[in-house]
Amino acid sequence: MSHDHSLNPEVMPENPEKATLEGKNKFLGFWFFLGGETVLFASLFGTYLALKGSNGSGPTAEELFGLELVFIMTMLLLTSSLTSVYAMYHMKNNDFGKMQLWLGITVLLGLGFLGCELYEFYHYIHGEDFTFRSSAFGSAFYTLVGFHGGHVAFGLLWITTLMVRNAKRGLNLYNAPKFYIASLYWHFIDVVWVFIFTVVYLIGKVG
Amino acid sequence: MSTAVTHKKGFGAFLWDYITTVDHKKIAHLYLIAGGLFFLIGGLEAMLIRIQLIKPANDFVSAGFYNEILTMHGTTMIFLAAMPIIFGLMNAVVPLQIGARDVAFPFLNSLGFWLFLFGGLLLNASWFLGGAPDAGWTAYAPLSTTSPGHGVDFYILGLQISGAGTLMGGINFLVTIINMRAPGMTYMRMPLFTWTIFVTSVLILFAFPALTVGLFLLMFDRMFGSGFFDPTMGGNSVIWEHLFWIFGHPEVYILILPVFGVFSEVMSTFAKKRLFGYTAMVFATVLIGFLGFMVWAHHMFTVGLGPAANSIFAVATMAIAVPTGIKIFNWLLTLWGGNITVNSAMLWSLGFLPTFTIGGTTGVMLAAAAADYQYHDSYFVVAHFHYVIVGGVVFGIFAALHYWWPKMFGKILNEKLGKLTFWLFFIGFHLTFFIQHFLGLMGMPRRYWVFLPDQGLDTGNLISTIGAFFMAAGTIVFLINVISTSVKKQEVAGDPWDGRTLEWSIPSPPEHYNFKQLPLVRGLDPLWVEKTEGRKEMTPAEPLGDIHMPNNSILPFVMSLGFFIAGFGFIYQVDDLSWLTAVFVGMGIALGAMFVRSVKDDLGYHIHKEDLEKGAK
Repeated sequence: MSHDHSLNPEVMPENPEKATLEGKNKFLGFWFFLGGETVLFASLFGTYLALKGSNGSGPTAEELFGLELVFIMTMLLLTSSLTSVYAMYHMKNNDFGKMQLWLGITVLLGLGFLGCELYEFYHYIHGEDFTFRSSAFGSAFYTLVGFHGGHVAFGLLWITTLMVRNAKRGLNLYNAPKFYIASLYWHFIDVVWVFIFTVVYLIGKVG
Repeated sequence: MSTAVTHKKGFGAFLWDYITTVDHKKIAHLYLIAGGLFFLIGGLEAMLIRIQLIKPANDFVSAGFYNEILTMHGTTMIFLAAMPIIFGLMNAVVPLQIGARDVAFPFLNSLGFWLFLFGGLLLNASWFLGGAPDAGWTAYAPLSTTSPGHGVDFYILGLQISGAGTLMGGINFLVTIINMRAPGMTYMRMPLFTWTIFVTSVLILFAFPALTVGLFLLMFDRMFGSGFFDPTMGGNSVIWEHLFWIFGHPEVYILILPVFGVFSEVMSTFAKKRLFGYTAMVFATVLIGFLGFMVWAHHMFTVGLGPAANSIFAVATMAIAVPTGIKIFNWLLTLWGGNITVNSAMLWSLGFLPTFTIGGTTGVMLAAAAADYQYHDSYFVVAHFHYVIVGGVVFGIFAALHYWWPKMFGKILNEKLGKLTFWLFFIGFHLTFFIQHFLGLMGMPRRYWVFLPDQGLDTGNLISTIGAFFMAAGTIVFLINVISTSVKKQEVAGDPWDGRTLEWSIPSPPEHYNFKQLPLVRGLDPLWVEKTEGRKEMTPAEPLGDIHMPNNSILPFVMSLGFFIAGFGFIYQVDDLSWLTAVFVGMGIALGAMFVRSVKDDLGYHIHKEDLEKGAK
């Protein structure tokens, strides 16, 4: 149970993200945090499902949603999850350069997703006159999708900070867990989007 | 409160040390002091309530003010007194009980405390800024969404900030208990207090995010014009009730499970026996934790969910009586044939057994959905939940404080004053709340400002208020005890109670690294195992070596201060958009501190083997 760990070891262990006690703690703690996040999003989904028909005199989900843009967004985010897997693959092979490259691609794809979402919201607000204050449906929609978007934005800031901070010193047992949990977070965001895509957009359009 | 330190350093250095500390034992002190302070404030509010109800048609306080003290009494006692004091206990004890040098995330531990404190301060600032929240501690919509002024806004932001701190504490202790147990400390050798904290932490993890969401929705409705709970916009106020109780019901188990752990430790120590039915106790704890999530709608029997839903939740609720009953019998059998020492800690435990049994019985009565239509929103409910929360949680906190005080501060609380505290509080408690069952059955509603004369409620209310004064007197005696013990020089050795678990194997108060060498755990009640084999100390599991320690940090304080400032901004931007400046400044401070934290490596420092050998005492 020693807390000792040396920086920049010559050979990285097989699972650098949990080779130290500190890493193990971060790894486990973050999984628990994601458990809490699951309840957070479950509560938001429950609220949305209860209110999705309460659109008053405003537009309904079926009138609003266009699946083309949402399809592009889904592809961007799913791909970004894949690229973050590549990044972790290279982390485990102790190839810092390639890890940074794939994380960079992940960030770009995430930015693309966020840009589409902002465009979507802008379109609803100015084109369809559908806002946060339009109806309970509007409030629930922007809250659920907006919470997810906020998570995406936070994740992008997080990964970028990690990349910039560690650019010059490479991979070690101190920052490997940090990269790893950032990628876990990114997968979680992706999973939540799959549910949003299904529950909000697909069911909204055809359900 | 550790006066020895104050003598060596100036007050400024002492204060700075506590503001920046990441040592779980000092964070425990902070939680106890802050939680204790809020306990006094909440108690004062309770006294005002009881004085108002001392006689019929009283006009001691105004109706509006009554709503505020009633709301703040509940909110303060649950979120700012009971929970933080329990957090204090778990910080003081759990790492020691599992033989760990530290918690998993010392920085997060400190952040959790400061978030709680600043959230609590924000909530209480409402008293001075135009009025406290007045929609009840449950803040049901649409009462809360339409409540004028900023009271409910302070409730929303205050609880949001302190709730975030609680969630961090929960995750921290889960990871600590899973990853940092000493060699040989298997799950089924963990002391029961650690077990209950483990289950409690799981409950915190899965319950608090529901509150987070509920508070966000309420905030959006009140401050940004959304329509979640507004029927004119298609909203539904029952959503608030669900979210609140999905959090709120597990919350009562978050409060009670840790003190079940406390009583298990206290009773086995002072009965000189191992805990009867340890395995069953662990199983019951986990089962109660699980069932705690399945029963939230028993708070909503009269909402109109329908007989099917009501029946399911009624049966699930009654099922909780089974594991709880297992616990009560195991405690009785622990005492059975034991060599019992009746000191203050034990008195609280013995007083708890019948009191909590009454509270549990009325709980089963309330769980019968059809009968609940009669009890609902009456003083019967008030009597029930005070029997479990005061008769359980507060009794447990007092037992724990008397039991672990020597470990935390190196001094034993005065026994005579301790016993006086118990008898005053115990008698006062039953005077106050036993009669409220009958007041409720006679039709006295809860939350009402006045009652009318000659409806048979006069005497009962008078007795209830007299009891409240007894409890206040008991609390004052306890404070005197704490102060007089603190100024005394008397110090105790590591093991004043002839204890059984690991925390008693090290000096009191413990060194900041807890264990010089991690202990080797060879059974349940590890210290007792060594004692029965004739040894006085634990066998070390490792050779003496350097100990890695985390650095102190001011960042948790700064981050929490940032959120505190932003909280005011969110509340007042409704009146004047220039208050958005406070939002940006506050969030800027908080995010800036997070940024500093993420770009600055915190590798900690080492205590060297040579210094440990010198016995750096």
